[in-house]
Amino acid sequence: MNPLLEVRNLCVRYGGITAVDGVDLDVMEGERVTLIGANGAGKSSTLKALAGLVAPAGGGFTYGGQDLQSIPPWQRVSRGLALVPEGRGVFNRLTIEENLLMGAYHRKDSSALPGELDHVYGLFARLHERRHQQAGTLSGGEQQMLAIGRALMSRPRLLMLDEPSMGLAPLMVEKIFEVIRKIAAEGVTLLLVEQNARLALALSDRAYVMESGRIVLVDTAAACMENPMVRAAYLGDGGG
Amino acid sequence: MNARSRFINWGAAVLVLALPFATHALLGQGWVRILDFALLYVLLALGLNIVVGYAGLLDLGYVAFFAVGAYCYALFASPQFDLHWPLWVLLPMGALLAACFGVLLGTPTLGLRGDYLAIVTLGFGEIIRIFLNNLNAPVNITNGPQGVSLIDPLHVGPWFLEKTYHVGGIEIPLVINIYFLFLVAVGLAIRLSQRLEGSRIGRAWAAIREDELAAASMGLNTRNLKLLAFAMGATFGGVSGGLFAGFQGFVSPESFTLQESVMILCMVVLGGMGNIAGVVLGAVLLSVLPEALRGLGGLQEFLFGKVWVDPSNLRLLVFGIALVLMMLLRPEGLLPARARQREFHESQ
Repeated sequence: MNPLLEVRNLCVRYGGITAVDGVDLDVMEGERVTLIGANGAGKSSTLKALAGLVAPAGGGFTYGGQDLQSIPPWQRVSRGLALVPEGRGVFNRLTIEENLLMGAYHRKDSSALPGELDHVYGLFARLHERRHQQAGTLSGGEQQMLAIGRALMSRPRLLMLDEPSMGLAPLMVEKIFEVIRKIAAEGVTLLLVEQNARLALALSDRAYVMESGRIVLVDTAAACMENPMVRAAYLGDGGG
Repeated sequence: MNARSRFINWGAAVLVLALPFATHALLGQGWVRILDFALLYVLLALGLNIVVGYAGLLDLGYVAFFAVGAYCYALFASPQFDLHWPLWVLLPMGALLAACFGVLLGTPTLGLRGDYLAIVTLGFGEIIRIFLNNLNAPVNITNGPQGVSLIDPLHVGPWFLEKTYHVGGIEIPLVINIYFLFLVAVGLAIRLSQRLEGSRIGRAWAAIREDELAAASMGLNTRNLKLLAFAMGATFGGVSGGLFAGFQGFVSPESFTLQESVMILCMVVLGGMGNIAGVVLGAVLLSVLPEALRGLGGLQEFLFGKVWVDPSNLRLLVFGIALVLMMLLRPEGLLPARARQREFHESQ
């Protein structure tokens, strides 16, 4: 397997605060990787730096063997690097279908778009029912579905999801993860940032644990689930 | 289109065409002039609506583009440099120049949002005005605070609009000629706004307005899209500036103060940001209302037999109260964009 994403010594700073402090991270083609960690560990900042939404203060990464540092975010998307942002970021006053089409904004092959829409509606039947409704009227879970669907519209090779379960009812979280599993089964490489470590580890191949901007543990997802430190800190298993 | 809306459209068209004649006959020249200015304000408000309403970029220096268009016309069609270029050259030139200034304003503000953007645009508006005020030395370009006068009157091909024409016994004086010229400009601006709103670019602007970070992560080139919004909005300002200069025959930096920018923004917000009909209504209302309130002195005399409060002071007070009331009663604007209306009423 080839590494699709190779992050080396990535640093992100906001003013004097170091959010990401020398992160090394690899994602193989077709792999499902989870980044777990507490609030403020630097997970979201790592994803934002990869998507080009914040400029790294040091280090860098290659994607498909290419250095994308100097490439603006809108061109990263057209190379198959898609981010589902934290807090979903749906466009409230656009309809669901308009939101989805926004995800394919950079695509020149407009004849393929109806097919892409059908693909997303196939994954999320709820969105199809409400496609002419304004996104702001959707529930939180439906907005998360929309945000994921919108990112899929760009036909990503690497899909980065930032806290897809945030603020959702347990039943809805299950549903969202079911779809994420389906997306992975279609061959999309996943980089998942998640607080719900149990669900995230269950669908991942490998996991990185992040603390105060640093990677403190790398292992297979199965091994992480057995790791006493992970169990105590992220799986709510006080007994070890 | 059903029969009823077709009827309404035809009714509106007849009303708009007959309005200057009726006004001229009933209220006199001065009021037709007010209508002419109202149309210029409609043009300005439609331009600012692209920036504020569509792309969500708060611009408090919009009058700068009006000034650029006006001075472009004034300098190339007056004895100032003894140039007398025709309207069909100067209007596109003014629009283009204003667009360049739009990009000039946009570039340093790309990373700014909300209040910070407003402050920078406010500064930009003032810079342009102060430049115009001071560009009379060492080389006299703008004639400084005295302004440029004796600007060539507007004429379209062989029709000199300052002449009074007679068509079938109906007298058509300057102010009515101008009204129709401005009406054509407003019509084109409305058409263009409608096209933009429904286009791919219009949707991208809406996405940036809603959530810029998400828009960028979707692969939207937010930099170019924002610059385009500034440039497109500025062209409307440039064109109306040219028309203003030709109509007035005189421009000076006095006409391009911050107050004008604020007024145009009020028109957009009060009318209904993002909705063309609302913006047009807001512009007409806010440009006609202060003039209509000049009648307050006469009203006092009629009611009380004498003038109690200086009408020019009272006029501003009543105007201010009217603005506050409108915002309290309809915070979403008089004719809001449909989506906006829903948001406001859901939260109540």
